[in-house]
Amino acid sequence: MKKNLFSTKTIVAVGIGAAVFVILGRFAAIPTGVPNTTIETSYAFLALMSIVFGPAAGLLIGFIGHALKDLLFYGAPWWSWVAVSGFVGLCFGLVWKKINIDEGVFAKKQIITFNITQATAQAIGWFLLAPVLDILIYAEPVNKVFTQAIVAGIANIVSVGVLGTLLLLAYAKTRVKTGSLQKDA
Amino acid sequence: MAAEMLSYLDRNSPIHRLTGATKLLCFLMWSAAAMLTYDTRILLAMFIGSLVLFKLSRIRVQEVSFVLILILLFLMINNIAIYLFSPQEGVNIYGTSHQLVHLVGRYNMTLEQLFYQFNITLKYFTVIPAALLFIVTTNPSEFAASLNRIGVSYRISFAVAIALRYIPDIQRDFQTIAQAQQARGLDMSRKETLGRRVKNTASIVVPLIFSSLDRIEVISNAMELRGFGKNNKRTWYSARPFSVGDFIAMAGVAVLLAVTLIVTFYDGNRFYNPFLAGV
Repeated sequence: MKKNLFSTKTIVAVGIGAAVFVILGRFAAIPTGVPNTTIETSYAFLALMSIVFGPAAGLLIGFIGHALKDLLFYGAPWWSWVAVSGFVGLCFGLVWKKINIDEGVFAKKQIITFNITQATAQAIGWFLLAPVLDILIYAEPVNKVFTQAIVAGIANIVSVGVLGTLLLLAYAKTRVKTGSLQKDA
Repeated sequence: MAAEMLSYLDRNSPIHRLTGATKLLCFLMWSAAAMLTYDTRILLAMFIGSLVLFKLSRIRVQEVSFVLILILLFLMINNIAIYLFSPQEGVNIYGTSHQLVHLVGRYNMTLEQLFYQFNITLKYFTVIPAALLFIVTTNPSEFAASLNRIGVSYRISFAVAIALRYIPDIQRDFQTIAQAQQARGLDMSRKETLGRRVKNTASIVVPLIFSSLDRIEVISNAMELRGFGKNNKRTWYSARPFSVGDFIAMAGVAVLLAVTLIVTFYDGNRFYNPFLAGV
């Protein structure tokens, strides 16, 4: 498959991806037992889409998906976290050419690359950008936003690390490996 | 399971007659104004204004009450969290301390803290009616056209249109899969251990994601066949020309934003401080 940053397929992937992000974010969040903290399956999905369709798709799915989810289910977008969703989507996608999942290989090396990228991106996004934007835009107390962000960030890093890796493994299995055909002797 | 979602409500009202582009621009300027300012006078004025607009739109409160309850719950939790984490935030911001109730340690309740949290809550109350109005009075197919109108590339606008079009479909898929898996005995509630819950959720999420990936394939092939993305511009079936009302609405909200910016940053402080005046 040709890797194009902004083809028709990417547009559709953004549209459907944002819709799935909305539904997963609303219905498929797993309660952890800690109040107001859920394991978000939507970010694992975002990671899969970014790796398959590239950083542009990741940025748009994160941004549009999160903004629509907030608008449709909670009435008003929480802009600072919407921006961070876009940011992490973009960062997940930065290694799409390196991992090249469409070749059907997602082995130890790719898993490590993926997890280092996702953990770094989310650490910057949730531990730094989200609370700083919260303070700048909403002037909320510093220690409150950092506590929230750190709890959510850790939950998301773990969820993308476990579920995201599993999703990518499952996706890789559906692709045909190059050179997987053999001529019978 | 059947969680309600905000959707377009067809009415004949002055707000509905505005074009989608106008409403989008007004909504963005309105949220920008509400986000930037902490000036209580402006927030109150905007809140009253948004109630008037809500009345004009002929949308009944019952039609959006499910979302209002969620928002109120969220605001309550948020307010409690702010108080727990930073009970003296208001004192820091306003610089004075009028103690109302004496409580343990730093948790003394002050007038400043109450005023600060009142402002935070008010900020939401000014944005919520505007956001609700924008969603329930804008036809989804017009929404994409209006994004394009204000300068967003039509490819991205189309992606948003696809998202809005397919959210109900994917919600239905999700429920079908979830019910099928629950019929087989999978439990996603708190009764299961965390590990099992993750595993059970995965068995719903994975089929949903892979069926959606197939959907991407089908839709993008169909669009490719119809020559989508060939030209630099496209027209929209649901786009409407601007009328006088649109210009009045946009000018009105633009003036509001300008006034907000001037009043808010005039004295170099985002907060309106009633405590200084009294001293």
